[in-house]
Amino acid sequence: MAEKFVVPEADAAGRFGEFGGRFVPETLMAPVEELTKAYAKARADASFRRELHHLLTTYAGRPTPLTEAKRLSEELGARILLKREDLLHTGAHKINNALGQVLLAKRMGKSRVIAETGAGQHGVATATAAALLGIPCVVYMGSVDVERQALNVYRMRLLGTKVVPVDSGSKTLKDAINEAMRDWVASYADTHYVLGSALGPHPYPRMVRDFHAVIGREARAQARKLLGGLPDLVVACVGGGSNAIGLFHAFLPEREVELVGVEAGGRSSAPGEHAARFGPGRVGVLHGTRTLLLADDDGQVLPTHSVSAGLDYPAVGPEHANLAALGRTRYESVTDDEALAAFHALSEKEGIIPALESAHAVAWVLREAPKRRGGTILLGLSGRGDKDVPTVARLEGAAGVAL
Amino acid sequence: MSRIGRAFSRAARDGRAALVVFVEAGDPSLEVTERLLPALAAAGADVIELGVPFSDPIADGPAIQRASERGLAAGASLSAVLDLVARSRASGLDVPLVLFGYANPVLSMGEAVFAARAAAAGVDGALVTDLPPEEGAAFAATLKAARLDPVFLLAPTSPPKRAKTVGRLSRGFVYVVSRAGVTGVRADVPSGLEELVGRVRDGVGRLPVAVGFGISTPAQVAAVSCLADGVVVGSAVVLSMEDAVRGGADPVEAAAALVRALAAATSR
Repeated sequence: MAEKFVVPEADAAGRFGEFGGRFVPETLMAPVEELTKAYAKARADASFRRELHHLLTTYAGRPTPLTEAKRLSEELGARILLKREDLLHTGAHKINNALGQVLLAKRMGKSRVIAETGAGQHGVATATAAALLGIPCVVYMGSVDVERQALNVYRMRLLGTKVVPVDSGSKTLKDAINEAMRDWVASYADTHYVLGSALGPHPYPRMVRDFHAVIGREARAQARKLLGGLPDLVVACVGGGSNAIGLFHAFLPEREVELVGVEAGGRSSAPGEHAARFGPGRVGVLHGTRTLLLADDDGQVLPTHSVSAGLDYPAVGPEHANLAALGRTRYESVTDDEALAAFHALSEKEGIIPALESAHAVAWVLREAPKRRGGTILLGLSGRGDKDVPTVARLEGAAGVAL
Repeated sequence: MSRIGRAFSRAARDGRAALVVFVEAGDPSLEVTERLLPALAAAGADVIELGVPFSDPIADGPAIQRASERGLAAGASLSAVLDLVARSRASGLDVPLVLFGYANPVLSMGEAVFAARAAAAGVDGALVTDLPPEEGAAFAATLKAARLDPVFLLAPTSPPKRAKTVGRLSRGFVYVVSRAGVTGVRADVPSGLEELVGRVRDGVGRLPVAVGFGISTPAQVAAVSCLADGVVVGSAVVLSMEDAVRGGADPVEAAAALVRALAAATSR
């Protein structure tokens, strides 16, 4: 038995090794400190944990099943298990964190929540939690994403949330975060900012991870029951990295379980054409945290591209950056085209239409599984693809495929 | 005493607050900025905060966001801004200059390289918005070692004991954010400002206190001048230049005219 990996926790300053921290304007220091204290108190409070557990099990649909992907396994020669976060209410893992944070906002006495969204999944999850718990919600969304995820915009509006398109910068996820932070700087007194990934200033990376760690705890127990042991390999897509860190965490101590995050390789490896941070990324500061970042020689953040809005982000959560530096996790990328092919493959072979984000993890497994004959691969299916059907239809229509 | 310290002392001796003027480097071009700096000094700016454009300016409202985008389009990288400062000093510019920006360009250049290049170029101080004391203490020490003044922010949300920490780390002056929110033009002066400035003074000792965020008119400058050692005006100057460019007028003239009006309002 290999020696256990000692999982590094964020220190008091929110550092995971050299990553993390709190790089925010002075005005936000008191609000993030207030949040840190409130979260520490809630985490230690059994009634908070019970209330969240109750919502996750009676409202969101936890636990999610572990599904054997039998036809794919047969074809590829490795046993593939799918952790089905796509079956959760609102269609993705994001609801785990949204319920946790909106519940916390209520405990903190806040009367309004705000959020950013890329693909729209976190926006929909926050809008849903806000509707459930009766608190007004505003979601910032890059205008490019508003266009390509029109269905989710309408969904948020149905839920009673105000969606504000963001026209600055690259008009995508990073600009939506900029705008949400600008709102929060002025509104912190009555507003909680429900940040949607395991990034941003301390305590967000740790708090968001904690709310998603249920994914890995369930998956580990389910795998043990099914396999009598642990999988050889655990794979998840990584944008900011919330579903991946949630899935990985329960497996971190066991070094024999290989952990792989899959990033968006986009159209090519040229700057601006992808969102793969672990190759060309350098250590930098964006949105309150020090982490791996796609930036140019002058320190300006580079534009990114991915067919999947949820992975279209230039930085990665600091805990991922630290785990990679320690050699415990590693990161691979797949292209838009590979993700699209995987989107079809999982649909046709297993009857599951994956989110384009999750399709990146599927694509890497399709590439890797033949090299792992007889092995077991646990794949985090972070969300379902209903929201992406119009995008894929449009893309393939343009490529001459009949609809 | 540093050039910044001397500027505040001189203003105090004259019975007025120091006027600190923010402009974005490269807005709308580096050539305009080079003409702008001496014009602002001549119009009555005691200190100039020269904004270094960044792709993701989370502390800034729309006016400075647009200026930042124009600056980036004009090639105002941190390196280009330092070169611009060196050229301006070589042609005799004497006004104190504080670089004002975000962490990533500075960290990307390397803190020590930045400090050495900034000092050689003739920069007097630096304020990095997203480097609060917790993350910026080492940077402050690096700046001081290069004879540059680190400037930190205090906000209405800062607990009283932070003023002490910021006072210890800062040199030249401390920058008090007058209200919660991003930069931008506002109509009023926040009501709790006098108390806020008083609280800051208790913590920072004899370091000059400058107040900014939302101050744009001579009337607001006059009101703040009675409370603080310095008044910072940014978005209003940036907007005056934007309007001038849009109307086909000279942005340098427009900014100088506004600064003259603001400078006349600093007397106590």
